[in-house]
Amino acid sequence: MGRYVARRLLQMIPVFLGTVTIIFFMTRMLPGDPAAAMWGDKAADPAQLAAFKHARGLDLSKWQQYLHYMGDLFTGDFGLTMNNRKVIDVIGEALPVTIRLALLAFVFELVVGIGIGLFAGLRRGKAFDKSTLVLTLLLISIPVPVLGFVFQNVFAIQLGWVTPTVQSSTNLGQLILPAVVLGSISLAYVARLTRTSIAENLKADYMRTAVAKGLPRRKVIGTHLLRNSIIPVITFLGTDLGALMGGAIVTEGIFNVQGVGNSLYHAIGRSEGATVSGFVVVLVLVFLFASLLVDLLYAVLDPRIRYA
Amino acid sequence: MRGANQAKWVVAAVAVALAATACGSNGGSSSGSSNGGGAVNAQGTFSYQSTEPQNPLQPANAMEVGGGRIIKTLFKGLVDYDPSNGQLRNQVADKIETTDAQNYTVTLKSGWTFHDGTPVTAKSFVDAWNWSANVKNNQINSDWFSDIQGYTDVHPDEGDPKATTMSGLKVVDDTHFTIALDGPVSYFEYKLGYTAFSPLPEVFFTDPAKYGQSPVGNGPYKFVSWEHNKAVTVAAYDKYAGVDKPKNAGIVFKNYAQAEGAYKDLVSDNLDVLDQVDPSDLASYKSDLGDRAVDQAQGAIQSISFSLYADDWKPENLAKVRQGLSMAIDRDTITKTVLNGSRQPANSWVAPGAMGYKDDTCGEYCTFNPEKAKQLITEGGGVPGNKITVLYNADGGHKEWVDAVCNSIRQATGVECVGDAKPDFKTSRDLIKNKKVDGLMRTGWVQDYPLNANYLRDVFGTGAAANDAGYSSPAFDQLAAEADKATSVEKTAELYQQAEAQLAKDMPAIPLWYYKTTAGYSKNVQNVKYDSFGDPVFTQVEVKQK
Repeated sequence: MGRYVARRLLQMIPVFLGTVTIIFFMTRMLPGDPAAAMWGDKAADPAQLAAFKHARGLDLSKWQQYLHYMGDLFTGDFGLTMNNRKVIDVIGEALPVTIRLALLAFVFELVVGIGIGLFAGLRRGKAFDKSTLVLTLLLISIPVPVLGFVFQNVFAIQLGWVTPTVQSSTNLGQLILPAVVLGSISLAYVARLTRTSIAENLKADYMRTAVAKGLPRRKVIGTHLLRNSIIPVITFLGTDLGALMGGAIVTEGIFNVQGVGNSLYHAIGRSEGATVSGFVVVLVLVFLFASLLVDLLYAVLDPRIRYA
Repeated sequence: MRGANQAKWVVAAVAVALAATACGSNGGSSSGSSNGGGAVNAQGTFSYQSTEPQNPLQPANAMEVGGGRIIKTLFKGLVDYDPSNGQLRNQVADKIETTDAQNYTVTLKSGWTFHDGTPVTAKSFVDAWNWSANVKNNQINSDWFSDIQGYTDVHPDEGDPKATTMSGLKVVDDTHFTIALDGPVSYFEYKLGYTAFSPLPEVFFTDPAKYGQSPVGNGPYKFVSWEHNKAVTVAAYDKYAGVDKPKNAGIVFKNYAQAEGAYKDLVSDNLDVLDQVDPSDLASYKSDLGDRAVDQAQGAIQSISFSLYADDWKPENLAKVRQGLSMAIDRDTITKTVLNGSRQPANSWVAPGAMGYKDDTCGEYCTFNPEKAKQLITEGGGVPGNKITVLYNADGGHKEWVDAVCNSIRQATGVECVGDAKPDFKTSRDLIKNKKVDGLMRTGWVQDYPLNANYLRDVFGTGAAANDAGYSSPAFDQLAAEADKATSVEKTAELYQQAEAQLAKDMPAIPLWYYKTTAGYSKNVQNVKYDSFGDPVFTQVEVKQK
């Protein structure tokens, strides 16, 4: 197990370097001049523009910029944003907000999704199962913006339970609505995956054995059935955690949550290479560790899976 | 079925928990107090829809509205514009005197202080301008000082500055300083109303970068806090010496990523003053807000310009074709339908509200008339290739009206017209700036100061930075040069009106419509007015007693 983890950690290094390199050049090759764009609709004063670019090292060649960037990165320096703030500070402000939102959405889809899936799988073909299938299909087919605006309209404007946008991102209560919207599509997938897996495993030999040897039903379902059925769901949830962190652009926009998605969206809009790279570096790390965690969880759930 | 029942309870418990916490957070929203002219709470603060400032908060470093509006509340220069009519009024200046429009003597009022208690002196202005103009200090608005003598010493076209001060600025004593310009600029006083000309306190020069995160100004409001990406908070300054003392205790500039969210917060009274209504709510905002909806003209214009430098449009006899194309655009219908009444059809190159604005300088050429349009185009020898393209950026919500304009031209004249969308603003701006457009392009102008010279000299003068069309008319330049030498602003405005008449003859750009401020405010505030820049008059906003 220890050797396996060490090997996986070592494998992360080339993956990490590769993605950072690709992202660096992709962001720097976006059309348009990020420095000139600071002048907006107006034409930039050429002398000031040149001085500005020189101060930010934007007048160097792409390769020189790349070497500087990588050199700084290893000392923990993510560079500066266009408005002269440290990218690491910007990430430090946005990341906790998004982690809160993503975890809330994650818990929501985990608990509710597995709950619904389990119940539907156990009562396969019954009314609850049928309506679960229809409802989850509906959720999957509704685009996130539509769901977001509908929820905002119903719960905030019509019912007045919450404010339309998040007023304080440290208030977990206010983050619930965006978290539900963010987690809803994944919830549908989790519910369907769990349902199918449960329904299949119900017919497995070990289930018959467990029931035959007189185990209480709680133990049969909790220990034997759920534990074996949850592996495909864990695979999905592992990759989904990363997607929730980086893919909340639409939801964060609708509910005005100042997290990673919003910061990334604005940074891309302004061609701020350093900011975009910084955020993506962090997201890559999140993805890598989430997938490692999933692989390790397999072994915990199913003792037959061993890592040498 | 015990297991199934348990699962049901889990679901139920989560649902209850969700509902309970959702209800709990409801306490944060302010309860709507009675509408109408209620008692005013002078200690009340209000929130305003804003965006994260792009740059550190230094007066010469804010060009976008996010930082610009905050700077406007924190600083006050020699003069500013009366929000009700755009006229110049003295603030820190007691008087600004000149006899030749080139050499100015400024007398300051006494009693003005910065928020740290230090007095505002002649040196505060001169030091600030010298620092801001210096190319090394990377201020976005550094070229605003280019009229002043010695500007090229601190801001050379290439290389390092030769000096740190401009020879045209001289401190006489604490309350007097003189300004010498390179040549006569009769509307220089109008320029002085721009925030770039604000004074800076001593503390600024010790660490400009640190200062940019917590600025100390001399304006009606003092800086309180800047929570990045969330909000900037300012509070009324009790020793403010200007004529526009705040009627409220402070402002929270709240960050909104999307205008839709801000609008929903406004409707539910979680936000007090709106910047602009988002396009999708334009159709309904007047019925949603009632008498709290705002709809007034703004100092900005949208136009489409011709690439007069490209082979197709270079020939001089094509003016008639350009006039014809302008007459083929049904501005009334497009502004009413496609743009939901958020724009006002233009019939001149200067927006209303600016000094020197003259109604209908474009005349019949800006009136929809398909017959005359066809006739003019034929007389002018036809559109090159009988086809035009209109370049625009796809990320700014321009597609709908560009398509509508093209349809209008196509139906009225039979000239093939297509929109040429570029993915984003930067890409289209690069092409326009480098004069690589072949055909027509979307152009626009937002006033820097409410005077017609700003719409004309800076957009249509030969070689002007924003002259995207590459227009060059000796007649226009001649009149503009004369206007700049005039000794009164009134005379300048009049001469620029004559220069504007030349635009109708040459039609380098087709004026389409003026922008409007479409905004509103919540039930918590009253007396919310907007100026011609589209900014609320922050100091006049009254917060209602709860």
